[in-house]
Amino acid sequence: MSKLSQKHLLGIKDITRDDIELIFETADNFKEVINRPIKKVPSLRDVTIANIFFENSTRTRLSFELAEKRLSADVVNFSASTSSVKKGETLLDTVNNILAMKVDMVVMRHASAGAAHYLSKHITANIVNAGDGTHEHPTQALLDAFSIREKFGSISGKKIAIIGDILHSRVALSNIFALQKLGAKVMVCGPPTLLPKFIGQLGVQVELDVKKALQWCDVANVLRIQLERQQIKYFPSLREYSIYYGITRKMLDDLMKPTVIMHPGPINRGVELSSDAADSKHSIILEQVENGVAVRMAVLYLLAAAAG
Amino acid sequence: MQKKLILDSDLLDITVSRLCQQLIENHNTFSDTVIIGMQPRGIFLAELIHKNLEKNIKRTIPFGYLDATFHRDDFRRREEPIKAYENRIPFIIEGKKVVLVDDVLFTGRTIRAAMDAMIAFGRPAKVELLVMINRKYNRELPIAPDYVGKTVNTMHSQRVLVELQAQGHKQNKIWLINKD
Repeated sequence: MSKLSQKHLLGIKDITRDDIELIFETADNFKEVINRPIKKVPSLRDVTIANIFFENSTRTRLSFELAEKRLSADVVNFSASTSSVKKGETLLDTVNNILAMKVDMVVMRHASAGAAHYLSKHITANIVNAGDGTHEHPTQALLDAFSIREKFGSISGKKIAIIGDILHSRVALSNIFALQKLGAKVMVCGPPTLLPKFIGQLGVQVELDVKKALQWCDVANVLRIQLERQQIKYFPSLREYSIYYGITRKMLDDLMKPTVIMHPGPINRGVELSSDAADSKHSIILEQVENGVAVRMAVLYLLAAAAG
Repeated sequence: MQKKLILDSDLLDITVSRLCQQLIENHNTFSDTVIIGMQPRGIFLAELIHKNLEKNIKRTIPFGYLDATFHRDDFRRREEPIKAYENRIPFIIEGKKVVLVDDVLFTGRTIRAAMDAMIAFGRPAKVELLVMINRKYNRELPIAPDYVGKTVNTMHSQRVLVELQAQGHKQNKIWLINKD
């Protein structure tokens, strides 16, 4: 099979295991491309892509833009803070105006869950969801899984603990779907107030003690506390959170086993992850960033091909 | 579906050694020459030729694979995207003489893409093309091979099937297939 089952990448929930594996195989090829002296291929030279970001982003946006440029696509960037959205334009109007300028694909980040789904029902361009509220962040989950696959050779049977603010994390949800589809065992760990009430129904283990979670897992994917999404206080203080849930180098060394540390960024050093843990040999955080470009190239390439 | 044998095992062996002799004639000691097989099917023939050459001249010749998928001109113009394969060029091609090897030369579009893909690895001094089967009258671009195993008159609707032992087949055989 060399074709995705979907026209858009809205969430990991909608795609199949075959889709994920096709994306990984294609990303392997692109990883080789971006490590060459000439890091560019002409595949998407007649494709125009709009990066529409209604929410702040550094890594994801840069990574998408690099991926697009390395595929030779034409890129236009849009961020809500400097646009007519501030003047009261609706999402659909904004996007339709951009598409009227003959844009073929849209990469969108939005603060509302389901924004990408909504858009996919109204426009014909291919959509890549670059994060919608607390719902999904599919390309992050794909690059996380790709990094685990690269580290271990396969994902099936591996134990992955997602630690931190699960409640507000789109990365957590997409990761759970992706890892389960690929046959991994998934655990979530965090303070009870930051774990969704029915998270167990997704088939994940729930653990409140971070030391037990670290002991259990092969890979710990550590998430940031998303203060910007928290309207009320979920724990007394960041200091207390870091005492109970922060991961330090010493904790990792005490495990006496090789546990891989991942983080989707941005890291709040000293809160969820201490500096010496983030920079230790356990960490594959920068590999994740590198893989992000290759995985996004694969996603854009495969979606653009389906459009033809 | 009708199948017609174009080359059998014995004839293919003779053809491979003839192609190798021609290569040696032009490249002498292969001190500046590298062999690159085209993914996915040209690599088996390239390996065969490479092995034969190394045995003949008794020295190692750099050998790699090239995949032109991302440089094709029919992306978004066909139903399904073509699967990409590995590129493995563990040597510098800048200033080298490159012999590109593929099993079948048909429209010439793959070779056009391959030349593009190759430039991403450096600027070769010279590029030559070796193909086992040259399908006459089907070219869509001004591309001609330098070394040819066998030239065959084919119609656009026909297909050439190369079966090599390295691909898991019992015997080396090349067929011309009439699609119904």
